[in-house]
Order: sequence, then C-alpha cells, then structure tokens
Amino acid sequence: MSLLQVNNLSIAFGGLRAVDDFNLEIEKGELYGLIGPNGAGKTTVFNLLTGVYKPNEGIIRLDGEDITRKNTIEINHAGIARTFQNIRLFHQMSVIDNVKVGLTERFKYSGLEGVLHIGRYHSMEKAMDEEAMKLLKVFDLDMERDTLASNLPYGKQRKLEIARAMATSPKLLLLDEPAAGMNPNETAELMDTIALVRKEFDMTILLIEHDMKLVSGICEKLTVLNFGRVLKQGETKAVLSDLEVIAAYLGG
Amino acid sequence: MTSKKKRIKDNLITYGIVIALYIVMEILLKTGNLSSHLKGLLVPMTYYAIIAVALNLCVGILGELSIGHCGFMCIGAFASAIFSKLTADTLPDGIRLFIAFIIGIAVAALFGFLIGIPVLRLKGDYLAIVTLAFGEIIKNVINAVYMGVDSKGVHFSLNNVMDLGMEPDGQVIINGAMGITGTPRTANFTIAIVVLLLSLFVVLNLMNSRDGRAIMAVRDNSIAAEASGINVTGYKMMAFTISAAIAGAAGVLFSHNITSLTATSQYFGYNASIMILVYVVLGGIGNIRGSVIAAAILYLLPEMLRGLNTYRMLIYSIVLIVMMLFNWAPAAIEWREKVVNRFVKRNA
Ligand SMILES: Nc1ncnc2c1ncn2[C@@H]1O[C@H](COP(=O)(O)OP(=O)(O)O)[C@@H](O)[C@H]1O
Ligand SMILES: [Mg+2]
Repeated sequence: MSLLQVNNLSIAFGGLRAVDDFNLEIEKGELYGLIGPNGAGKTTVFNLLTGVYKPNEGIIRLDGEDITRKNTIEINHAGIARTFQNIRLFHQMSVIDNVKVGLTERFKYSGLEGVLHIGRYHSMEKAMDEEAMKLLKVFDLDMERDTLASNLPYGKQRKLEIARAMATSPKLLLLDEPAAGMNPNETAELMDTIALVRKEFDMTILLIEHDMKLVSGICEKLTVLNFGRVLKQGETKAVLSDLEVIAAYLGG
Repeated sequence: MTSKKKRIKDNLITYGIVIALYIVMEILLKTGNLSSHLKGLLVPMTYYAIIAVALNLCVGILGELSIGHCGFMCIGAFASAIFSKLTADTLPDGIRLFIAFIIGIAVAALFGFLIGIPVLRLKGDYLAIVTLAFGEIIKNVINAVYMGVDSKGVHFSLNNVMDLGMEPDGQVIINGAMGITGTPRTANFTIAIVVLLLSLFVVLNLMNSRDGRAIMAVRDNSIAAEASGINVTGYKMMAFTISAAIAGAAGVLFSHNITSLTATSQYFGYNASIMILVYVVLGGIGNIRGSVIAAAILYLLPEMLRGLNTYRMLIYSIVLIVMMLFNWAPAAIEWREKVVNRFVKRNA
C-alpha cells in the first residue's frame, strides 16, 4: 500500500481550475519531486493535501486512511507536516521554542501542571528540550538554540522550518520550494540536509521545486504539473528526457 | 548561561520588584510617612497593575488587541460585590473575601469565554472594535439593572426598585445606576499585592509552558501553528479566558476597596480600557514586568502631581515619551540588556 494516494483531485477558484484531475502515489521512503512552472498549481496541491483548501472532487488517503475532509490540524496529527514557500516561522520565539511548538502534541501535560510548574511539567520539559536539541543538531542549529528565529540568516530559517515540521513526527514531509531564495552554496547544503533527514528518520518526502536541475539530482520520481494538470509522471530520468516537459518549461 | 536560567532569574527579578515596592510602601506607612491621599492610591495602583498584566496576556502574548478589558474588571467587581453584600452578616471577612475572589474570577472567566467565541473569529481592527462594544454593553447593562433578594428569591427589573415587587423583608442589591452600596471594605494593600504576585506567577509560568508556547505560536503565525498541529481556536480561547479571569480578580479588589460600587465610565468605560492599553504599550507589548512598572508609575504620577496643576499634564506627557523611548528605541534596548546582563552575571 502506498503511503500517500491521491485520486482525481480537483479544485477551482472561480473559473480557474487550479488543480485538475490530479493523481499521485508515493511509496514509503521515497523522495518525490513535484515540479512545474510558476502558477502551475504546486502550492495548491500542498494546500489541498494539508486541508487548507477543500477539494471540489477527489480523495486523499494517507496510509490507507481517508483524510480528504479533515482539517489542517487533524491532518497534521494524522501524519503530514509541511514547510511554506514564503517562510513562516514563529519569529518572536527562540529557535528551540519553535521546535518545541512542533513537539506540543507529543509531550503532554495538563494546563494546570504547566501554570503551576508541578507534576509532569519538569520531566516533560526536559524530555522536550532533549528531543528538540537532537533535531537542532541534525540541522546544525544547536548553537543557535536561544537565538530569535527572526534573527537567523535566511538559509537557517529554511532549515528551522524543516526542523519544526520534523518535530511533529510526520509520516510524510512536504517541502514547498525549500531552496527558494538561496545561493548555490546554501542550496547544496540544503540538499545534503534533505538527504540526511531522509536517512536519519527514514522519512518520505514530497518536494516542490521550481529548478529542474536541482530536483533531478535527488528525487527518484517526478510529477510535472502545468496549468493544474499532470503533464508527466514517473521515474526521474524518463520524465526529464520527455521533450514535452522541456517544451512546457521553455514555453511556460 | 542557558536561556532557562536567565528566564528564571528574569521572573525572580519581576517578583522581587513587586515585593520591594510592597516593603517600601509598608515601611512608609508604618513610619507615618505616607499621606492619606497616597495611602488611598496603593490598592488601585495594584489592581491597575493586575489588569495591565491581564491585558498584556491578551495583547502581547496572544497578539489580539482588546479595548474592552475593563468590562471584565466590571463583571468581576459586580459579581463578587453581590456575593459579599448578600453574605455580609453571615460569613467572616477572610472567608467571604476568598469566596468573593473565586466568584469574581469565575464569572469574569465565563464572560471571557462566551465573548471570546464570536470575538476571536475576528481579526485586528474588527476584534478591537467588538471588544470595545462588549465592554460598553457590559457597563451599560449593569447600569440599567435592578436586583433584589427577599424570602421568595431573586428579583430583577430594568425599570426601578418598585418594579422588583419584593416582600417587606427584601433587600435591594443592585440599585440601577446607583450600583451596589454597603459592600464590606475587606481588601487591603497586602491582599492586593498577593493577588498581583499570583497573577504574575500564573502568566509567567504559562509563558514558559507547552500551552504558553502554543499561544505565542498562534500570535506569531497562526497558519504555521495550524500546520504544526496546534489548535489555534482552542489556544486563543484559553488565553482570552485566562486574561478575562485575571481582569476579574482586579475587579474583586476594586469592589472590595470601596463602599459604593457604580458602573461608571470613569472606571469601566473604554477610556479606562484605553488607559490600561497605554500601560501595556508603554511597558512593552509582551513584557509582563514592564506592564507592572508602567501601571504603577503612570497611575501614581498624575495623582501625585495634582499640586502642580498647570504643569501636571506636561510632565505626564514627557514621562510618557521618555518611557516610550526607553522601551522601544534600539539604543535604549541595547543599554538595558547590557545592564541586565551585568546584574545577572554578578549574581550568577
Ligand atoms: N486562494 C486562491 N484563490 C484564487 N486563486 C488561487 C488561490 N490559490 C492559488 N490560486 C491560483 O491558482 C494557481 C496556482 O497557484 P499555485 O498553486 O500557487 O502555483 P505554484 O505553486 O505552482 O506556483 C495560480 O493561478 C493562483 O493564482
Ligand atoms: Mg508555489
């Protein structure tokens, strides 16, 4: 059974069919690329997968469970975490607290224990700190644990966003143009980080990317989207060699 | 030094400032160095600090602008005063005041919760306007209500006392715009300081907990918070309700520090709510300690300057500007951090 199975997904905004009859299957452990020109509907697919938009048609299944009608919060609890094309951090909070927000649902104690700092408060906070530091180390952010998120350089903000998403312990990680706005060095480093996340956590990743070259290096499979419709889907090599795709890129 | 240690130290400094203020005032009181005018300002100063802390929880920590918070204070004041008047002859002072606090806090929290349901769906300016309206509605409704109790039970009217149709043994509790008279004056400076310390304890501990982080995450980016599995609506309701509850506690102090309680604009209208907001903004949005200090200074100052009639507002304005600079100018922030670091290092 595939980890993610999307069938006939469609949504229209007014007259615009932003995503039209979209199908996708991702196996456990895969690193999957979703590519296409600007405005093709890639981010809209993410917003459908995470319940930000409700589809007009179609079914989304995660690990066999129908999550089509669930809201964003429930979908996160079901196991999908994401990052955003335009970074969305908790900018007035420290780096470690950003990650600890992601841990909220995994390390529980009551509100009363929290307000009085009694009971499970201390042990749970300690466990959260340890778990958060483990994640920050993977992303090479452990030295910045007490820095305000807004004071991080751009590349590290992107990494922190991934670390926060990983903190919710997802089954599927959605990355929306993680390399956007990065210089070649930062991009290369990010690709290493993504590879590391995949290995370390055995993570299944769906990655949106605008830059085809970048995606061809790390993704096993690709889906190419154009004007909301799937143009091509399959093994990376096969997809890339398809002239139709290249034409769409050049033309789009 | 880890941020956790720094946070604990920061909180201790906040409690320390309140305790130091209390000790200084008590010494001045005991040695007879406090004018009776100033003496009368101590409890109000403290409840304004409390409601400023409550409002900062809503504005600074949750990030939702409310300009009707004095409405919650009004509810806490009246709910507790009704209880205290009813039990004035039957309960000892201490127990009565304790229960009055529980009632005032609970009723204000209930209203915070109920008002929060529609209000927290709104954003920014709309939220501010609707909270303002709710504050005014609460005040005006209380002004219009007549309530009495007799052997047959509780009676309400919106017209006048006669309309209550009470038995001869009846007792008027709320006399319309005349409010509640004859509540026992059982609050004092010590009790007020204890309530302030408890409010600080609740808010500062909340900020360093799982729920507090979730609330701040909602403030910083509600879309990312939802995507991280945070129940945005739930945490907004939680923060707003706790904020209303603390404002209610300030109200209990208010009504138990006077003998005649009326829902006047001066104390419960939007002007008063905006004055509290000024304390919060000048003390630093999200800076709980700043709210306490700003409330104390800005409440006492105009009162103490009454002698200098002509220059009073001039000095007040200058202090406002200086505080604003102290809190928000980058150079001042840097300087402050240096001072705090030096202080903390020396003690570490
Ligand atoms: N909430 C919305 N309302 C109206 N149109 C939208 C909305 N979200 C996306 N669109 C439109 O859908 C199309 C696809 O957008 P998007 O998914 O952001 O593209 P991509 O991420 O591939 O660049 C665009 O034409 C965009 O304007
Ligand atoms: Mg996009």
